[in-house]
Amino acid sequence: MRAFNVAKAAALALSVAFAAGCSTTGTTTDTGSAATDGATDNAATQSVGVDSGVSGKSLEQQQLEALANLRTVFYFDFDKSTVQADGMADLEGHARYLSSNPNVNVRLDGHTDERGTREYNMALGERRAQAVARFLQVNGVAPAQIEAVSYGEEKPAVMGHNAESQAENRRVELSYVR
Amino acid sequence: MVRIFKLWLAVMAACLITTLSAHAELTIEITQGVDQPTPVAIVPFKWEGGYALSEDVAKVVNDDLSRTGLFKMVKRENMLSFPSSQAQMYFRDWRVSATDYVLIGRIKPGKGDQVVVEFELYDILKEQRLLAEQVSAGSANLRDISHYIADMVYEKLTGLRGAFSTRIVYVTAKQLGNKRYRYKLQLADSDGARPRTILESREPIMSPAWSKDGKKLAYVSFETSRPSIYVQDLATGQRQRVQSFKGLNGAPSWSPDGQKLAIVLSKDGNPEVYVLDLQRRQLTRVTHHYGIDTEPSWSPDGQSLIFTSDRGGQPQIYRVHLASREITRLTFEGRYNARGRLTQDGRFLAMVHQSGGTFHIAVQDLRKDRVEILTETSLDESPTIAPNGSIILYATQEGTRGVLGGVSLDGRVKFRLPASEGDVREPAWSPYLQ
Repeated sequence: MRAFNVAKAAALALSVAFAAGCSTTGTTTDTGSAATDGATDNAATQSVGVDSGVSGKSLEQQQLEALANLRTVFYFDFDKSTVQADGMADLEGHARYLSSNPNVNVRLDGHTDERGTREYNMALGERRAQAVARFLQVNGVAPAQIEAVSYGEEKPAVMGHNAESQAENRRVELSYVR
Repeated sequence: MVRIFKLWLAVMAACLITTLSAHAELTIEITQGVDQPTPVAIVPFKWEGGYALSEDVAKVVNDDLSRTGLFKMVKRENMLSFPSSQAQMYFRDWRVSATDYVLIGRIKPGKGDQVVVEFELYDILKEQRLLAEQVSAGSANLRDISHYIADMVYEKLTGLRGAFSTRIVYVTAKQLGNKRYRYKLQLADSDGARPRTILESREPIMSPAWSKDGKKLAYVSFETSRPSIYVQDLATGQRQRVQSFKGLNGAPSWSPDGQKLAIVLSKDGNPEVYVLDLQRRQLTRVTHHYGIDTEPSWSPDGQSLIFTSDRGGQPQIYRVHLASREITRLTFEGRYNARGRLTQDGRFLAMVHQSGGTFHIAVQDLRKDRVEILTETSLDESPTIAPNGSIILYATQEGTRGVLGGVSLDGRVKFRLPASEGDVREPAWSPYLQ
């Protein structure tokens, strides 16, 4: 019951993180180029049920605040399924939260850029999501808390065909479930 | 002599269409033809009824033949006369305008809303009648009759069975807003006309595949927010989720006998090729490798599957013999060869081939092991072969939009099917229908 509330609060906190995320995404691409035409697309669209059930407990509050500052989109080099180094610290933050809240589940959506065939990219997207899943597991998260789903190249974050757009599309998006 | 046209689509159109929203209409632009095309005249058909017909039959026939790039179509304004019967044929007139073949025809009202179409094909140099046939159908199905006539003419002039009466399916995607998309699975005539939406979703739809009898489609849909494989009956619109394990459920391909689907599942940790027996619900694992194994496609004899694997470090196409499980690598040229499709005679392998930094459609002659790159655009993918082996349809980019392109197997003829809206991708050409 308590964990459920935490999960909801986490989702709420994260939606704030998502909204703030668009200002940081530009710096996370491997090319380092800031805001391309579609950079604002990185803001999440899922509306999360607003629930005021957080009863100002300090530890949870602190955890959630820490969580809200973590990025939820992690980028990859072309044809690679290793998380770019600058995302590691934030992933460790998510791992800390998940391992201390074993009733909270997370979903990892793996994406590729448009190059290569669609079904092969489905496999690459899955490799990326699994790489993030392994990273979380190594950092103490139970396998049952994680679901990895590949979207291949079917749901690009941005629509362009240049190197910057492709870099923004090679990603794993982390979202808390329920 | 009267052939009754079996119009399965008329039935289909009635019962299966759930949504009829704005369609991505495809129109054809020929970008490259052969050097010495045969001059052919398709004379406007004479209509002997009292009401207006919905289609210009001669124009549809003309456009079908034109799209092959093999013929030089004589323009109507350059025709000296519009004969509609043998008595009106003056061979000398056509000879002076350097026309080799002439098609004439007439359309009469039949019972109810039926029409009877009679057509005749002439060889001008030999002054011979090559074809004379009568076809009847509902007046709403004139396009089907037109494609049928084009098939007859094509076969007479090339010796190859025509594939104009076939259909294509493809996926369109449109961005509606911030991370919101609309995906549609569309069914159309082989020329892109009469598109119908057979599935619409806010989540991705991919990898449509025809059953060998042309009655069903298998595809991947993310409608549950995870990829699952569905089979949809085209006549009834009924659909069934046939596979939804954890992880990938993708790349369906029908066996030639229609009993099985080759699919890709990653339920055991990484993508492997499986064969699913649809009747017995029995799943057999075909590949065993820690690399990526995907994109299976049956050989026409049903004895083996070709598939893409990165077991050698880079994606290449392999063949697995189903009885012996013996695996042979088929492609060696280039660092990236994927999503292979075989011609009906099993001789040619169409595939996505990377050269330089770009992706092209290439064809490999498996007898001579020679690879020929057929396209010059980049990001070309999803090749699908016409049932008569004449044309490969594929997806490519034009500007920032996904469009469909066509290329003959020998690379001599090229055309485009640009859509009026959205991204078009993943074409799949039906087998011969009826």
